[in-house]
Amino acid sequence: MKDQVLPFEKPVVELKQKIAELKKFTSDSDIDLSSEIQKLEDRLEKLVEEVYGNMQPWDRVQMARHPQRPTTLDYIQEIFEDFIELHGDRLYGDDEAIVAGVAKYKGTPITVIGHQRGKDTKENIRRNFGMPHPEGYRKALRLMKQADKFKRPIICFIDTKGAYPGKAAEERGQSEAIARNLKEMAGLKVPIICIVIGEGGSGGALALGVGDRIHMLENSTYSVISPEGAAALLWKDSNLAQKAAETMKITSYDLKELNIIDEIIPELKGGAHRNIKEQAKNIDKVLHASLQELISLSSEELLEKRWEKYKNIGKYTTLSS
Amino acid sequence: MLKDFFSKKKKYATIPREEAKQDVPEGLMQKCPQCKKIFYRKEVHKHLKVCPNCGYHHPLTAWERIDSLFDENTFVEWDKNMISENPLDFPDYAEKLEKDRKKSGLNEAVVTGKGKINGFPSAVAIMDSRYRMGSMGSVVGEKIARAIENAKEENLPFIIFTASGGARMQEGVLSLMQMTKTSIAIERFSEAGGLMISIMTHPTTGGVSASFASLGDFNFAEPGALIGFAGRRIIEQTIREKLPEDFQTAEFLLKHGQLDRVIHRQEMKEMLTTLLDIHQPGGVSE
Ligand SMILES: [Zn+2]
Repeated sequence: MKDQVLPFEKPVVELKQKIAELKKFTSDSDIDLSSEIQKLEDRLEKLVEEVYGNMQPWDRVQMARHPQRPTTLDYIQEIFEDFIELHGDRLYGDDEAIVAGVAKYKGTPITVIGHQRGKDTKENIRRNFGMPHPEGYRKALRLMKQADKFKRPIICFIDTKGAYPGKAAEERGQSEAIARNLKEMAGLKVPIICIVIGEGGSGGALALGVGDRIHMLENSTYSVISPEGAAALLWKDSNLAQKAAETMKITSYDLKELNIIDEIIPELKGGAHRNIKEQAKNIDKVLHASLQELISLSSEELLEKRWEKYKNIGKYTTLSS
Repeated sequence: MLKDFFSKKKKYATIPREEAKQDVPEGLMQKCPQCKKIFYRKEVHKHLKVCPNCGYHHPLTAWERIDSLFDENTFVEWDKNMISENPLDFPDYAEKLEKDRKKSGLNEAVVTGKGKINGFPSAVAIMDSRYRMGSMGSVVGEKIARAIENAKEENLPFIIFTASGGARMQEGVLSLMQMTKTSIAIERFSEAGGLMISIMTHPTTGGVSASFASLGDFNFAEPGALIGFAGRRIIEQTIREKLPEDFQTAEFLLKHGQLDRVIHRQEMKEMLTTLLDIHQPGGVSE
């Protein structure tokens, strides 16, 4: 598949094209342009640093939504062995916007769950663009409880624009499904590690997000409302999404600064989609370290630390009366 | 959802007074937004702000709710002086907080504390939609979580009246994480055997309906309350069809199995009293 170019990375792509053209030209003719090519390649190196080393929040939003961005299933395939996908919530249906199953991680049995976007239109329709209905969250919860029973750590990949805003979703209790996951995850006696790999859209992301560790890929986002939604509410203009992306503080760097997430997982220059295997290695490193820290804790310690972690999130002042 | 709330809210008669008491000036008239009949304000207030003609439930302020439930002079407020910061340096947020503080006489969108309901000691959190539409930022989350922890410490039942447009945008992900904080507090309280009763009032949407509002051992609502996750307009745009008139009302949720009961305001105190009585220590020994 041809790489899709985001607006901010255009200069890099254009320069690369120019270099390729020159190279082709020299090989087809007798003129030697190697010194010119060398100059351009030096410039390219600097440009890459400049463009990818200086990404703005809106650039990251676009990167997080990149159609070629690796998904939960991509990472499952790279990071785990013996993955068996499991289906259905036993109440209503099977929501393909969430995938879940059992697997092994470096020999340790685990349960892995994640939002799942499609790679093309057809798959996106089947997976509802990664926007779950209540049955998706209930499937996730069913398998988290199974993990709890068999003392398997749980790994969640977060990647959704949000819970699906539909009629049927409301009728079947979208709010209740999300709320229940938050409460039940709080009490699971096994380590839970959450990794935001793309978009972390509001409550729909949070319903897989009550972790002992929360990590974010460098170019992923986590927000209470989409930049477009925020712009529409704030300035009655969804075209100001770029500005909202800055104001709302939704990048991995913002969330690290707000002490909400534990670690930023570095991305490859140009984004995770440049090389899934390499990106998976970066995730694997952080995941492995987190799991090592967490499995040494007793279940009482684990639950107490989980409470402490979230209890301390929030900024307020108490006036002296 | 937020839009719906705005447009409806204008029709409400509000009483912008600190710890508003029921002494409404004589002669002031009030039009019911549902049946359009005009009543003396005082007459409506005598009925706990329920329309004497059609039963429309006007929003209660937090202190009106407290007066309607608690035995006289039993209510003790917690964390009254906790106020919001502007952690994201969000434009105009500080001014908006200040404006709503003046308008409502409240320091934030929830009042927490304990008191007695027909003699039964209870911890409560009561949201007030006049303050930033009852939205949940750090302070609302912290006050509710603390109230639940206090209830756990003091072995009290926990009752919450919700009225909220959801998570507060101006505090970004900090607001979102209050959903988690309050839900973990509820899990710990529940594990310790605590009784939680949630009563959803107009409106209860977004991040609040998707966290503590839905997590009671009993989930009730007031008649006609708007309750839902996503806003009507967003849903209509997404599915490209018109939604039924009663969509996301308390009655709609009851019909779809999402609520235990819809309770009329005038029966609320009695219903809570009976439930508190049923949950008195005793029962089957372990
Ligand atoms: Zn009326």
